[in-house]
Order: sequence, then structure tokens, then C-alpha cells
Amino acid sequence: MRRSILAFSMLAAAAALPGAAAADVLDKIKERGTLVVGVKTDYRPFGFRDPSGAIIGIEPDMAAEVAKKLGVKLELVSVVSANRMEFLRQGKIDLMIATMSDKPERRKVVQVIEPLYYSDAVNVLLSDKVKVTKWEQLKGAKLCGTTGAFYNKDVATQYGPEIISFDGSEKPLIALKQGNCIGYLYDQTFIAGKMLEDDWKTAYHMPLPGIMETPWAMAVAPGEDRFAKLMSDMTKDWMKSGAIVAMEKKWGVKPTEYSERMFKEHKGS
Amino acid sequence: MEAFYEWFRWLYEATGINLTIVYDEFDRKRMISGFWTTVWLCLVCIALSIVIGVVGAWLQGSRLKWTRRGVQGFIALFRDTPPLVQIYFFYFGLGALLPRIENAYGIPEPVLTSMQWAIISLSLFAGAFNVEIFRSGIEAVPKATVEAAEALGYSRLGAYVHVVLPLAVRICLPALNNNIVNLVKTTTLAYAIAVPEMLYVSKQIWSDATNVPEMMTFLLLAYFFLVGCVVWAMARVERALKVPGIGL
Repeated sequence: MRRSILAFSMLAAAAALPGAAAADVLDKIKERGTLVVGVKTDYRPFGFRDPSGAIIGIEPDMAAEVAKKLGVKLELVSVVSANRMEFLRQGKIDLMIATMSDKPERRKVVQVIEPLYYSDAVNVLLSDKVKVTKWEQLKGAKLCGTTGAFYNKDVATQYGPEIISFDGSEKPLIALKQGNCIGYLYDQTFIAGKMLEDDWKTAYHMPLPGIMETPWAMAVAPGEDRFAKLMSDMTKDWMKSGAIVAMEKKWGVKPTEYSERMFKEHKGS
Repeated sequence: MEAFYEWFRWLYEATGINLTIVYDEFDRKRMISGFWTTVWLCLVCIALSIVIGVVGAWLQGSRLKWTRRGVQGFIALFRDTPPLVQIYFFYFGLGALLPRIENAYGIPEPVLTSMQWAIISLSLFAGAFNVEIFRSGIEAVPKATVEAAEALGYSRLGAYVHVVLPLAVRICLPALNNNIVNLVKTTTLAYAIAVPEMLYVSKQIWSDATNVPEMMTFLLLAYFFLVGCVVWAMARVERALKVPGIGL
């Protein structure tokens, strides 16, 4: 009985102190010989699967560069918005490069790498039949969304659409096609990527201006200062060399204003 | 009331325990509505699954071979496949084949909502188990009792409704209770097709406020409470339907 009480209180203590990283993760990575990075697999071209099932895209490319720098092998773990921070806190992944927008409440949970590597806005992929020019016109409309996207609540409270959200980005897109909603609320770069596809360019459009521009952040577990410093230096190098703009071009994205600005700012440094 | 909310805000600042469902009006409203959605989903599915169970068990004893086989097929299909797969099948698979109605934007919209699909699929899932549960009760009713009822001039349906079913229900109550408890817990799967029940709402909230441990704990306690209510109610039914003299 006493032992079970002890075990239980240890469990409770462990639950109360999530993310209190003990050992240095850099040492662990070296020891293991593998860097484990959490990336998206439903976010073309930032992270998706090729026909063979391998995870490819801009963020896997970035992860590969980090692994190369550390001199270890790379393992990619598929994460979704709703679990990525938990994965990091529990040590299931060492590093997260998963299209995560930088938000103050997230900074309390994970350690954000600065400078921020990317930036994006929020937009909505609408059926061509929906003729709107202002976000306010979406009041009361049913929009599909992705569980875990930070702006679902902000858009719902500010503009009043009813948001029906699903895990990942494939299910909301199917729901949109089937008419369960009139549009898909998501990151602008993703929607722009979708509209390059034959499936979507004919009957769907993106008529509204992007809102809530937010930078994206890579993150490590709280307390991993050495790893964070290394990642921060790597990000600066990428900006200096224009690597991110080059990756955007390689994967068919029109370079964003943010990445071009960062390239310009860091080029001479 | 404001002081009460203020205390939870203070709790967050002081300890990091973030219960937005108390102090944040938007989160509070959606959690309350999520709770009632869960309750409503449970009540409707329990009622429908019992009806399916009773009718199915009756048809299972039919003299017509194809009726019996049909019921058997239904049980096999719904008992032997995972409920999450069934929900996805109904919503994304079958939903695409149904007729549509045009909404205000001129977009053809499916006739059934995600809530209606959840009700249909969960009721059928639990109903398949209920058929077998009621059959176990029916088979436990002594043959002599049925013969006695028939000797009194009852038709097959009459004997089923007035004699066999009341006894069978009493016999299978413990198994039925188990299945109902299971059904209440299975309603959480409706989150997958965006039915705004408690798990769905919790996922939205912990994505916004990154308070996963708090919401997980809340969910656990909320379901403990909900299932506790169901178990208490079913125990009362069991007591009320006690049949003295035949060990039931």
C-alpha cells in the first residue's frame, strides 16, 4: 500500500512538472546518433509525403541541415497542430519545425528559436459560389478548420463564422468538397499551395485579404538553452545565405515578403 | 461571480494551472454547450440503441430465414468494426452519396449534419451489441414460461411483449448497463467528425490555451461524473424492476 502511494505521488509529481528537462538534449542526440524532428506531413510544400511515403518538403530540408551540422542521422516524426507541443515536452521529438505560429502562451510551454524563420497570414479557401470581399460577410457561415490552429478562436470571436474543425488538413478539405462548409480557414501559404493543384483551382478561390500575420517559430523543449543557441545561429546563417528563399523556390512557393526581408537584413552581417 | 472568475485568473498567474473554461467567457460558453451536446448525444443514442436491440432480438427469433440472416449480418458488420471507422465511413463515405440541398450560398449541402451522423452510427454500433444482450436475456427465459403464455392464448408477438421481454430485460440488465456505460464513453469519438461535444471542445481549448494537463484532468473527471450518473440511474432501474421469487 505504502509503495503504491509512493508510486502514485511520484506519478503526480511527474505530471505536475512537465517539460522540466533534466539532461542536455544535445548530448542525448549525439549519444543516440539520431536527431528526432517533428514535422508536418499534411502541409504541402512545407512538409508532406511523396508517393513512396517518405516525408519531404521545406521543413524536412531544414531538419536535414540541422542533422548534417550535428553529424547525426535524421529521423522525422509526423506531428499535427494539436500534439506537437506535447511531443516536444515529453521528449518524443528533440526539435519541432512544424509551421507553428509564434504566440505568447506557446512561449510558456516550449522554447522558441529566435530569429523566427518564417511568417504567414490567415486566409480562407472559399467555393467560387461565395462572393465576399470582407471578412465580416462571413458572419454565421460554416467554415471548416483544423483543430489546433490558434486563430480559430480569434476569427470566430472577431468575425463570427461557425468553425467546424477536424484533425489535420485532409479531412477539412474533404468536408469542404462535400459541402459540409463553404470554406476552409487556414494558413495563407497552404491555401496558395492548394490553389496550384488542378483539384482546387477551378471551383475555389481566395478572395479575402490575409489577416493576423504571424511569424512561425521552431521550438525546442524548455530549458534546452544550448540547443536553442545552436538553432538560433543556424537560423541566422540561413537568413544570411538566403537558404530559406532558395528552399521556397525549390518547392514552388513564391518567396514571402518576410523571408525576402530577412535575407536582405542579414545578407551583409 | 466576478470574484470567483478572478480567483481562477489568480490561480493561473500564481500556479500555472490554467482553467480558461472558468474565467474566459468564450471558453466557458463552449464547454457548457459541449457538456449538453454530450448529454444529448448520450440520451438519444441510448434510447435508439435500446429500440434497435429490442427490435433486432425480436427479428432474430423470426421464422423467416432471410430476416434472421439480415439481423446476423447487421450484428457482424457493426460489432466487428471499430466505431471510429464506422463514424468516418458514415460521414465521409456514405455522406457523399446522399442527396443534397442548396444552402443560401448556392452550395449543395449534405442533408444530414455531423451530429445526425454521429447519432446514427453510435446507435447502430451500440444497438448491435444490444441485440445480442437482449437475445441472451430472451434465451434465459424458461421455455415452460413461454409455453404457459401461449397456452393462455398469447400470439408470438403478444407473448414476446407481455411475458418474454419483461423477464428478459430483467435478466440482461447488468450486461445492458455495461453496454450503455460503454456507449457514453464512445460518444467522444464523435469529435472526429466535428460534433462539438466535450472532447472536441476540450481539444479546441487546449490548442488555444496550451493547457493540456488541465483539460485532460477536467475531461477525466467530467466523464467520471457523467458515467457515475448513468450507473446510479441504472442501479435504480435495476432495483425498481426486481422480480422477487425467481432470483432476479
